[in-house]
Amino acid sequence: MIDIVYLNIIILVYILAIGYLGYRGWKDTCNSEDYMVGGRKIHPYVMAMSYGATFISTSAIVGFGGVAGLFGMGLLWLTFLNIFVGIFIAFVVFGKRTRKMGHNLSAMTFPELLSRRFDSRFIQYFSGLVIFLGMPMYASVVLIGAARFIETTLAIDFNLALMFFSLIIAAYVVIGGLKGVMYTDALQATIMFAGMAFLLVMTYSHLGGIVQAHQALTNLAALVPANLAAMGHQGWTVMPAAGSAWWWTLISTLVLGVGIGVLAMPQLVVRFMTVKSGRELNRAVLIGGVFILMMTGVAFVVGALSNVYFFERDGVIAIAAASGNSDSIIPVYINSAMPEWFVYIFMLTLLAAAMSTLSSQFHAQGTAIGRDVYETVAGMRGGRSILITRIGIIIAVVVAVILGYVLPPSIIAPGTAIFFGLCAAAFLPMYSCALFWKRATKAGAIAGLVTGTFVSLFMLVFVHQKEAAALGIARMVLGRDVLITSMPWPVVDPIVVALPLAFVATVAVSLATKPPAAEHVEKCFEGID
Amino acid sequence: MLGINDPWIWGVYLLSFLSALLCVGYGLANWNRGGEKEANEIREEVSWEKGEAQMEEKELGL
Repeated sequence: MIDIVYLNIIILVYILAIGYLGYRGWKDTCNSEDYMVGGRKIHPYVMAMSYGATFISTSAIVGFGGVAGLFGMGLLWLTFLNIFVGIFIAFVVFGKRTRKMGHNLSAMTFPELLSRRFDSRFIQYFSGLVIFLGMPMYASVVLIGAARFIETTLAIDFNLALMFFSLIIAAYVVIGGLKGVMYTDALQATIMFAGMAFLLVMTYSHLGGIVQAHQALTNLAALVPANLAAMGHQGWTVMPAAGSAWWWTLISTLVLGVGIGVLAMPQLVVRFMTVKSGRELNRAVLIGGVFILMMTGVAFVVGALSNVYFFERDGVIAIAAASGNSDSIIPVYINSAMPEWFVYIFMLTLLAAAMSTLSSQFHAQGTAIGRDVYETVAGMRGGRSILITRIGIIIAVVVAVILGYVLPPSIIAPGTAIFFGLCAAAFLPMYSCALFWKRATKAGAIAGLVTGTFVSLFMLVFVHQKEAAALGIARMVLGRDVLITSMPWPVVDPIVVALPLAFVATVAVSLATKPPAAEHVEKCFEGID
Repeated sequence: MLGINDPWIWGVYLLSFLSALLCVGYGLANWNRGGEKEANEIREEVSWEKGEAQMEEKELGL
């Protein structure tokens, strides 16, 4: 079993390293540009690793890895989109323009970039509010998950773990700003990379090589439980039956929601504005692509292959070995199949994954409520930006902790999906038009933002079964969980409806209104061909 | 292929690798490209140059 003393020593060393990097961030921060966009001179390695570590939380590894254990390798479509859309398209197509335009307009947050591009203060504080109100649930999912994890592995009381963990993160985010966040992210990402690389190699070598391991998994198809087969599950190396419930969930939520939603995540977009030139982004693409492959790619392959391991050892499939809880598949597999020392390393990997995601969430929320909402509404700009953002970060941490305590797990659990979907529908149309369509107008941008936000919320509250049932508002108003009960509506992700509608609204209203002033557009697009 | 029968699955397995390779290839091919200066830096440099030229003209009568 795990030696708590060793583990505590390893984690103490890790926390000291984090503390040092937070201090470095603080030392390198002289003005609000340093605090919010890392002084726009971050090294490409730090930028790429920080982007990746923020992108990949513990739930991407443990939660989704467990889903792969349950449903199989179809989830690799998400990995493919994570790399191709989340890294390649994001960096090369969106990132370069975002960086340049952010510089042209001296924007320091994602809402500020959009607001200056369309010359609208409404866009800034409305987007700031969407971020500040939408993100806490996502943050509490990660926070509570990490605290539970500390409770079970380090034998520390849950409440104490939650307090201690939030305080450590709050400290380095508040003090070090985005530089503190990104420096610590780079260390955390490096730990994650090493942990996952080892996990992959060990798993394949344990199961006799790549082809042999896959073949053994293919041969298990007959063992799919009847209830999963009814949802469309046809084996761990086969796509689900087209049109089945699991097929819809896989395609619409996972692939579209999480895969494409990533393009408009404020805490990721802001990272493009932290590097000096397009050259840094070119270099970062290389690192980011390999990093994401090692994260979700490994988690999904290993999750699926854990079935072979459990079958060969105990004659059962992974979900049975994990007592029916898919979240336990990866931890149970690591504990039983990996050498003891690796269990420590993997725990550190998961802790690093949670911390790197949380720190950026808190920073994004702090800048959203401080700079985007408070300063914009109060009509003030200037020297107090850092102080106000710091207060915003502290509020964000407190809200996440309170939500974690107050809300039942059934509501918190869909938090990630809600936030991803909301961000994509609300921001993606406006953001892509801001970068690629000079004719887009202020009214068009606002129309898309409002349509995306409200259609998304409506779908989440009344149409999509998973969130609607958890929130319970539809049951209160309609007397049933969802508005439309016929398939496939209860399993169609809100993004499938909200995103196209928001795009149509942005384009249609832009075309119906007066084009923006040529001079302003020219300033936004200076140096962009 | 690779012990997997469904082409949608072995296809995406390879596609994930290929997309990471694309990132690596793109990064290597453009390693030193795009290191341009910012518009405001260029403007600043131009104004410096002009100022310097004026100064030289005034002080040295060149």
